[in-house]
Amino acid sequence: MVGRVVKRVYLYLIFLFLYAPIVMLVVYSFNESRSMGRWSGFTLKWYTELFKDTEVLHALYNTLAIAVLSAVIATIIGTSAAIGIHEMKRVKKAIVMNLTYLPVINPDIVTGVSLMLLFVFTKPFTGMGLGFFTMLLAHITFNIPYVILSVMPKLKQLDRHIYEAALDLGATPSYALRKIVIPQIMPGILTGFLLAFTLSIDDFVISFFTTGSGVSNIAIYVYSMARRGVNPKINALSTIMFITVLALLLIVNKRMSKDNSKVKESV
Amino acid sequence: MKKAFKIFGLLFSIIMVVGILAGCGSASKAQLKVYNWGDYIDETVIDEFEKKYNIDVIYDTFATNEEMYVKIKGGGADYDVAIPSDYMIERMIKEGMLEKIDFSNVPNYKYIDERFKNLPYDPNNEYSVPYMWGTVGILYNKKMVKEPVDSWKILWDEKYKKQIFMLDSSRDSIGVALKMLGYSLNTRNMDELEQAKEALIRQKPLVLSYVSDEVKNAMISGQAALAVVWSGDAVYTKRENPDLEYAIPKEGSNLWVDAMVILKGTKNKKVAEQFINFMCEPEIAYRNTTYIGYSTPHTEARKMLPPEILNDRTAYPTDEDLKNCEVFEALSDVIKEYDRVWTEVKAAR
Repeated sequence: MVGRVVKRVYLYLIFLFLYAPIVMLVVYSFNESRSMGRWSGFTLKWYTELFKDTEVLHALYNTLAIAVLSAVIATIIGTSAAIGIHEMKRVKKAIVMNLTYLPVINPDIVTGVSLMLLFVFTKPFTGMGLGFFTMLLAHITFNIPYVILSVMPKLKQLDRHIYEAALDLGATPSYALRKIVIPQIMPGILTGFLLAFTLSIDDFVISFFTTGSGVSNIAIYVYSMARRGVNPKINALSTIMFITVLALLLIVNKRMSKDNSKVKESV
Repeated sequence: MKKAFKIFGLLFSIIMVVGILAGCGSASKAQLKVYNWGDYIDETVIDEFEKKYNIDVIYDTFATNEEMYVKIKGGGADYDVAIPSDYMIERMIKEGMLEKIDFSNVPNYKYIDERFKNLPYDPNNEYSVPYMWGTVGILYNKKMVKEPVDSWKILWDEKYKKQIFMLDSSRDSIGVALKMLGYSLNTRNMDELEQAKEALIRQKPLVLSYVSDEVKNAMISGQAALAVVWSGDAVYTKRENPDLEYAIPKEGSNLWVDAMVILKGTKNKKVAEQFINFMCEPEIAYRNTTYIGYSTPHTEARKMLPPEILNDRTAYPTDEDLKNCEVFEALSDVIKEYDRVWTEVKAAR
């Protein structure tokens, strides 16, 4: 009995610590005053200012475009790489996997500065100055390992015999890959994609060093406000982003439970 | 699953199309790339400049002088105009990163207050045009501090144990200690620096925490009695909480200036000078200073300010207040010692 109460309280505490900051942010996005230290009345002015500020909107566009593009490209490259690595011999596999871990544990600032130096160095040959494209390349680079690492476990769970059986039944390797392997590792691919997407939205350090003039993302925009304090416009933007994600999650969950119940009915 | 791919495909193509369209618009116009602190300009000013001179302004922001320096030094950015602080300008001049300004193209320079010309970071006034300025001082809560605040020594008073916020910044905090001891905050004397270190370590038990930007909210909500802050933040916090007051200690303090500079390698020096001149137009300088809330070095813009701001000694201290104030020098030869001192202070128990 006591144990159950303790469990409950513990659970609620965890949720409180997880969500209290977000609730605060949402509440203060309606605060009249610029300061978080004082509540001075309800207002929607930060929301109207947000939509008037072309710089924030431009940064938001860059953030989303780079997140979607880098996540899609990294998922394609990462999944193919994972399938390849999975088929390797033991020693080779160990070497390649360790090389994959390296960018994950490497500090962001090292990755960021070294990528910047690389892009500056290659500029005379490629003609590609720092900007949207280099930031995209950098994001793809740091996203790939995460995709590989989330696809690998699914590949390990995969029953080799199903693939071989498909070949025995006359499927070509590419057909078997598309119809047998990919669907089975799909949860891993989706996890990788979502991970890459959120990491890309979050990233500040690498983005800061790999972008040039005129292209910034939300992370750079927010960090640059450090000296004068974050403008409450950003609270409004964060609120909108949070609510969008929440809504997406609810819709996906609802769909899934519907699908599940349909499957049950048909069985 | 097919649906998911379709959605990705759709998103992908939308982004590509929008990206291509966005890329087309600005091909023919002259371009100017400006690098400034975040939230440090009235953005309508940029639109107005673009319209008036038919120039496309690319405007980006940074958070610290050091970040900006790395970005430009590393060759990662090709900005035309930047707005760093005094000591960083000195360093950039020394390293040949700045272009001399042709002041015949910046006639509005005449409006800049004489007090902000020929400062140590740009002794002959060749490279920079002041944009904003301010001081470092003590912000205190009148309800908690009953005695007059006129000396840095109050930050060493046992009475205010765990009631004090210090800045988490080596030059600023060591500067406070040096000034308290009566030395220059640009000292190269190792003995004086050691004494400052001892003082800061002695003060440490009294300090609630070493903070940066969050100090403003903490002081507005009355979490501590005393804090070391920049004057611009003091103006803002005083407006939010009338119990707060700001003082520049009599031993003197740091007077800082952010100034506009032109970066070496700019392809449109003329446009850059045009922009700096535009920023110095009285009306524009006035709008920027009212938006940001920091003090302007522009004489005409100052005349337009309402008396309650102009007479506020926080934003516009008297010459008497500024008597002992100093501008930071770059100190590149001894900055390692400052870093070491600060590390030892932070590590001390």
